[in-house]
This record gives sequence, C-alpha cells and structure tokens, in this order.
Amino acid sequence: MSAPATSAPKNEADNNPSSSNPQVDLSNAVIRFAGDSQDGIQTIGGFLAKLAGRSAREVMTYMTIPSTISGGPSIFQVHLGSGEVLSAGDEADFLVTFYQHSYNDHIASLRHGGVCLYDTDHVELPEDRDKDITYVGVPITSTTIEALGGTARDRGKNLFVLGLVCQIFRLKRDKLIEIVERQFGRKGEDVLRNAMLAFDAGFSYQIGDIFSDAYTLREGTSADTHRITTDGNTAIVFGLLAGGVRFGAGYPITPWSTIMEQLRSELPKYGGMFVQAEDELAAVSMAVGFSFSGHIAVTGSSGPGLSLKMEALSYATMAELPLVIINVQRGGPSTGLPTSVEQSDLMQAIYGSHGDCPRIVIAPKNVQDCFYTALEACQLAKKYSVPVIVLTDQALATRIEAFREPVVDEVVIEPELDLETRGEDFKPYPLDGETRHAPPGTPMAGGKYPVVTGLEHDEWGHPSSSPELHQKMTIRRREKIKAFAEEIDLPEIFGDEEGDVLLVGWGSTWGPIREATIRARSQDRSLSSIHIRYVNPLPNGLETLFARFKHVIVVEMNDEGLYGNGQLATLLRARYCDPKIRSLCKTDGLTYRVREILKGVDAIVAES
Amino acid sequence: MATASPPAEPEKLTKKALTADHPTWCPGCGDFAVLAAFFKVLEKLQIPHEKIVTIAGIGCSSRFPYFVNSHGMHFIHGRALPLATGVSLSRPDVHVFAFGGDGDGFSIGGNHLDHAARKNVNITYVIMDNFVYGLTKKQTSPTSPLGYKSKTDPTGAIDRPINPMKRLVSGGASFVGRTHAAQVKHMMEMFERAIRHNGFSVVEVLSECVVFYPGAFDQGNPRKGGEFNLIEEKQYDNTPEDEERHDVTDEAAAYAIANLPFPGKFGVFYQEERPTKNQLEQKWIDSTREKVGSATAAQLIQQRFDSLK
Ligand SMILES: Cc1ncc(C[n+]2csc(CCOP(=O)(O)OP(=O)(O)O)c2C)c(N)n1
Ligand code: SF4
Ligand SMILES: [Mg+2]
Repeated sequence: MSAPATSAPKNEADNNPSSSNPQVDLSNAVIRFAGDSQDGIQTIGGFLAKLAGRSAREVMTYMTIPSTISGGPSIFQVHLGSGEVLSAGDEADFLVTFYQHSYNDHIASLRHGGVCLYDTDHVELPEDRDKDITYVGVPITSTTIEALGGTARDRGKNLFVLGLVCQIFRLKRDKLIEIVERQFGRKGEDVLRNAMLAFDAGFSYQIGDIFSDAYTLREGTSADTHRITTDGNTAIVFGLLAGGVRFGAGYPITPWSTIMEQLRSELPKYGGMFVQAEDELAAVSMAVGFSFSGHIAVTGSSGPGLSLKMEALSYATMAELPLVIINVQRGGPSTGLPTSVEQSDLMQAIYGSHGDCPRIVIAPKNVQDCFYTALEACQLAKKYSVPVIVLTDQALATRIEAFREPVVDEVVIEPELDLETRGEDFKPYPLDGETRHAPPGTPMAGGKYPVVTGLEHDEWGHPSSSPELHQKMTIRRREKIKAFAEEIDLPEIFGDEEGDVLLVGWGSTWGPIREATIRARSQDRSLSSIHIRYVNPLPNGLETLFARFKHVIVVEMNDEGLYGNGQLATLLRARYCDPKIRSLCKTDGLTYRVREILKGVDAIVAES
Repeated sequence: MATASPPAEPEKLTKKALTADHPTWCPGCGDFAVLAAFFKVLEKLQIPHEKIVTIAGIGCSSRFPYFVNSHGMHFIHGRALPLATGVSLSRPDVHVFAFGGDGDGFSIGGNHLDHAARKNVNITYVIMDNFVYGLTKKQTSPTSPLGYKSKTDPTGAIDRPINPMKRLVSGGASFVGRTHAAQVKHMMEMFERAIRHNGFSVVEVLSECVVFYPGAFDQGNPRKGGEFNLIEEKQYDNTPEDEERHDVTDEAAAYAIANLPFPGKFGVFYQEERPTKNQLEQKWIDSTREKVGSATAAQLIQQRFDSLK
C-alpha cells in the first residue's frame, strides 16, 4: 500500500497573494440571515453552501447557535465568492432580518451601501436609520402562510427567503431545486411540496427594480470540478474513517458530539463500533483498550472532557500506545461559552497531563484540512506509537466549506489486525528502535507474554524503578517525538520572504490571517504570514523565518495571560528567547475579523 | 518484526506455563490463594494461552496481571473495567479477565462498575475485597465496616460501607458470586461458573490483608472459629426442601441474602441470561454490513462524498 497523502492538494494561488481587493462585490457576497434557531436558517444556508460547492464557487459559512435548547436568536452567514474565500466575512453585503431583535442586533453588521431585507410582518424600521443602506421590506411571514394555503403557521419562511435570494442573486434555480429536493424528498411528499411552494413564492415575488445586474454573482473560478461541501466535524469523521479508525468511544459534549454521533452510525457499516461511554474517563480508557487490542482507536471531547482524559493520556504516552484524540475547542474555562470559539486548549493539549508526557498535537486550518489532519493523526499515532491530539475548534466544527474531493483510492486504509506470532526476541520498547506491540491473541514463540504497564519499565516492558532506566526511557519517549519534528517542513511564508511584519497563526485563524495579509499588501504594507500546523512538536528552524522580519506577531484566540503572551506565543518565546515575538490575542468567543487583526498589528507595531 | 511459526500442536496449559513473576504480595496475603485458584481453573478449562487477557487497575490486588503469564495490562486506578470493555467489545476472540480491589472497584471505579454491569459486557471480574486500601497503607475503603480504625479514620470509620452484593445486583451484573480466599475449592467453583457465564460476571472474594486488616474475615473461616455458610441453590427436584432454596434469578431473594449480618452467606447470589452488549453490537454491525452489501471502506467513503456534492 502506498503511503496515503495527508496534506491537502495545493491550491493554485497558494503563496502568491494577489493584490486585488477581496471585497469586489460582483465576485463576492456575504449574506447574513438573522432569525431564531427554529426558523431553519441553517438549512437554507447549507443549501446555498452546497450550491456554491457545485458551481465552482468558494464558500465559507458562519453561524451562532444559542446554547439553550428551545431556540433563541441565531444567525447564519454565507460568504460566497468566485475566488478564494478565507473568512466568513467581516461585514455583510446583504442582511435578512426575520424579527425586530434580529434587525436591532445585526443592522450594524451590514456594510455601508448594503441591502437589508426585512420581514414587514415583524420588523419596524427606526426613524434614524442609516441612509446609505437600501431597505427592502417583504411580508415574509404572511406571504409564506398564504403560499402554503394558510394552514402551516409560519413554517417554510426559510424556503421563501431562499427563493428570494435565488431571484436576487440570479442563482441557478434548477441546481438549487435539485439540492432542496434531495433534502426534503426524504421527508415525504407533503413536506417537499410545501417546501417547493414556499420556494417558488419567494422566487416569483415582485420585489421591484431595486436590484440591478450588479447583484448577479459571478460564476466561480475554482479549477476543481469534483468538490464536496461539508462542515469541519464531518470532515474529521471521514478523515478518521479513511485513516483506518474502526473503534472509538466518547461522551457527549458540544461541539464534539456531532463527531461521535456520526461515528456511532458510520462505524457499523465498516464492521466497527463506537461506544457511548459513561464519562470521559471511561471513554478514553475504552479507547486505550481498543488500541491495546491492536486497532487504531479514537476518542474525543471538548475542553472540559479533555481535562478528564488526561490521566489516561499520560498512560498512553508511558505505555507507548497509539491513540487519536479529537478536541473541539470552545470558550473556557469550565462550561464557559459552549457554543463559541476559542483556542485556549493549546497548553492543555501539549502539557495537560502529569509527568513528562510528550505527545503530538496538530491543528487543522480549515474544513478541508480537518479531513487531512484526522487522517494524518491516525498515521502518526501508529508510526510513533503515541497519542496524537487533533486540536480543532467550534468555528471549524460548524462551518461549511467546499473543497476538492479527496481521491479515495489514495487515502483510504483498510486496517489489519496483526496477530502474527512474535519471536523469542520480542522487545516492545527497544532503546534503539521503534515501539512494537503484541496485541492479545498473538502467540508468543518464547512463551513469555507481555503485560503492558504504566509503571516505568525496561525494554521488555517489565516494571523497573532503576533511576538510570527512568532517565533513559524518558529520553526515548522524548526523542521519538523530536525525530518526528525532523520530518516536518518549515512553514512557507505567505507574502514577501522578508519585511516588517510576520504574522504567525495556528488552527482556524488561518483564513482571516491570510486575508489580512492580502488586504495589508494591497495597501502597500510590508506584511507576511506563516501558519503552524504542527503545534507539538513545532517545526525546527522557525527562528530563520523570524530573523527576516522586524516584528513577529502571533495571532491567537486565547488570553494574553499574566505575562502578556498568548499560548503559542509563550511557547515560541520559550523556545527562541526572542522578545521580538509579540502577541495579538482576544477572547470574545468570535472568529477574528480581518480589520481586527490589522488594527491589532498597528497597535503592536506602534508601541514597539 | 521477528516471527516464528506457532507450535504445531497447542501445548497443554499448565500452572507452570501460566506462572510469571513471583508475586510481590506480603507473605500470607489472601491474594496468593486467589491467584492459585485462578491458575487451577484455567488449567481445567484449557483456554488457548494467547487468548487469555488479564487486566487490572491499581492496588495490591491489581498487580495480579504481572503474576500471570498472559497478555495483560496494568492500567490506571479505577479504570480496569472500561479498558476491559474496549478489549472485550473489539476482540470477541479473546477471554477478558479483570482484577482489582475494593477501592479500585467500588470507589474510584464505582461508576464504571455500574455501567459495565448494566451493559452486560462480556468480562469476568474478580474483586479482592480486603475492606481496606492496602497499597496506600491503611486508609478507609468503601467496604470498611463502621468503627474500623484506619489512618483516615483514627477514631473508627463513620461512613456506612456499601453492600457489594446489593450494589452488583442492582447495577445489573448478570452473574454475582461471593467467596472467601481461605476456601479454595469454593473459590474455584465460583470462578469457573463466572467464566462459563456469558456476560458480565463478578466474584467478590474476601481476601485478607494480613498487614492492615488482619483477621478481618475470620468470622467466615471455620479454621478460625467462624462459619462458612453456603447459599443453597434450587435444584428443581420437586422436593419440599427445594421450596426453601435460593432461586438465583430472583433479585429480591438475592437482596434478602445480601442483608444478612456479616459474614453472611457465600455462593451465587444472582444469575440471569440476557443478551450481552457484545451480542447486541454485533447484531447491529451484521445487519448494517448486510444493508451496505459488505462494501469496502473506499466504496463507503466514496458514497458519502457523492452525497456531499
Ligand atoms: C488516580 C489515583 N488516585 C490514587 C491513587 C493511589 N492509590 C493506589 S491504590 C489505592 C487504593 C487501593 O485500594 P484497593 O483498590 O482496595 O486495593 P488493595 O491495595 O487493597 O488491594 C490508591 C488510593 C492512584 N494510584 N491513582
Ligand atoms: S498490604 Fe495487604 S493487601 Fe497488600 S500485599 Fe500486603 S497483605 Fe496483601
Ligand atoms: Mg482493598
């Protein structure tokens, strides 16, 4: 079997930021739907994203979900572009407000010159409104009810609005209908008929001539013809399945739950199993049990649950067992902001366990990378016999993007259980070689069976408290991770190879940082950026990149802490002892806006 | 990886082949007898050597896997059962044995005990109950009787101990037995029946810690002047005596025996046949595999990718 590719195929314009303004309205539109969570705005947002994926357009979505169950204000934003789309968009070009509260809360997110579509049944425009905005009132609720024959209360408003959007942006109606049919067809004829009635009512609604050709969204330019459209958590599920994971265990917590729910349904198809455990301690222990049994196993959680897994993760490092752990970061500490985004689990992921406990931590940058990171985590766990934590986050988990379909034949692994008889020389932890395991069921030619232990042990796995051996084994566990660091490529610089400012990011800030780089350069500023995918171990040689810039600014969604540095910045400072490394941090639970980054950079540069 | 062909004729499983390191338990510790009984039962059952898996958490009793020459794992405190669950569910070809103490099983691992029991995972679990924390040198355990003087209760334990039999029966364990480490033959009978039971089978062994709780189980040991009273199980022989005998499927009757004052009775308190999680999961896997026409992983993933276009 050839080694599967674990990084995403490169995009055309990868390291050559064009200086074109990313906000050209003809090729780019940010549409925000603001309503309540039960209005189904996620559904129509999802349809638009899928349509974009099919139309060679780039797309990125962003949503907020109330953490209460019974609904509450919610938004869904879709950023459609014919070129590269890197963030969900700082400002909306087009805002749909279903209620007065939606209007009040979101009108400020609309750019000057934008369009606000509002439901005249629920929204009253204030006197002192911004005159730069075009207001379009449509009786969304009553027209939908009328279209559905007056019986269906106000359900179907979302499809009515989808019809309106299709009309306004001159989207391909037939393609959109195909997607709607696929989704609603499964739910029965009545449901589909009502959905189509509402859609067509919106599509043919007479808005007037406010909308000119300017609102025709340009066709996409993506060269990829085979593209799939999905969210980050689903991409992780497929990455794990492709990577050979057949067994796993977990305990529900937002935003991790949708990964375990999908694995629970998917794995039996592959002859595998995902167990809902009684708590995270049990979940990680079951996963260690699967791993000990010879499988590639997964467990996962979000911040609080990762904390509960820490003792067993130390065990996995000590016993050198392969294990994949997905951690979907959310706002912390404690229950914190369960449906918001943060990158504050970095230190926990790297250092959260007791003892000297080296392991691998990788962070995906976008939805596509969620797939490849999960896939790579499986391979690394196996290759280095070590726990590998995938550090994704709430924003990636829930947002939708379109990306090039992975070539199944190149990436999918059929795992095999190795129960071949082990020879008399079986030595699980050779000081000068790779870790080996003999799962239960393996005949042992020498007649001696291995007992895997969390006690310090010798090369044969026998417990030993020899001081010399503990030192040697500590080095062994550390050096194999360092050996992996040797394999990691130095990140490529996006923008000029040297200059004033180098932005450093990791995880889902990749998009906004990249867009900030493009925007700054279009304003003739000297600003470049790098993205660090492997956060533990870090790639070697970063200092050679830092040396080429006057300022190195690490952009993170976590707190600057007691000493003024975010979590990755702290690590980079500790490693390179370079005071030039500064931090741009925030913890408002929201993804970075491009202008926030640029403003922050200005402030840091001005003060140094 | 160095390999050798397996011996043509499977060797007979002997105590000698099963013996690993000499146990590091204190001389006289009850756990020695538990180990000896386990060896004898394995000898009798002749389970293929490589298919025996011994798993434990942390404690004196939890050092068990080191003393058995078999595939094994010495895991972390209190989590032997979820670990064993992972092995049992993903490896139907092996026999999973878990060992541990009263602290490991009823205190730090208490939640896992309930869930392994209700899910009826196919594991045989032996609890060496010494009414004390041995390894950490004499702290109160969840089974220490009221008044027991330990380092954490210098004036005597004040918290009501749990009743292991009631706990196990109410949790849903499908085989619940109780024995005494000084009664090797009875212990062997309990182990054998537990192993033969399909599902989550638990045997509590009163196993004396001669250092921190000497004499704890003398009341159940005739050689020390105590009484070893057995549960008489129904024979279904239509005799009037049989009316009085214990129906192992009767939960309320199991409770009644469990309520007897110490040392109480020994034997099988409860046993029922009900589908194991192993069987239920396998059933779901089989029907799902059939539905997808035994497609390969690559085909399955491709189908899902197609649905995302
Ligand atoms: C997380 C954790 N907490 C505490 C301990 C310390 N510890 C080890 S064994 C033990 C109690 C053992 O008692 P029991 O399970 O009854 O076993 P025994 O030694 O009596 O056989 C404790 C508290 C530990 N190893 N790990
Ligand atoms: S301390 Fe007690 S339980 Fe532990 S080995 Fe010694 S006698 Fe046995
Ligand atoms: Mg004990």
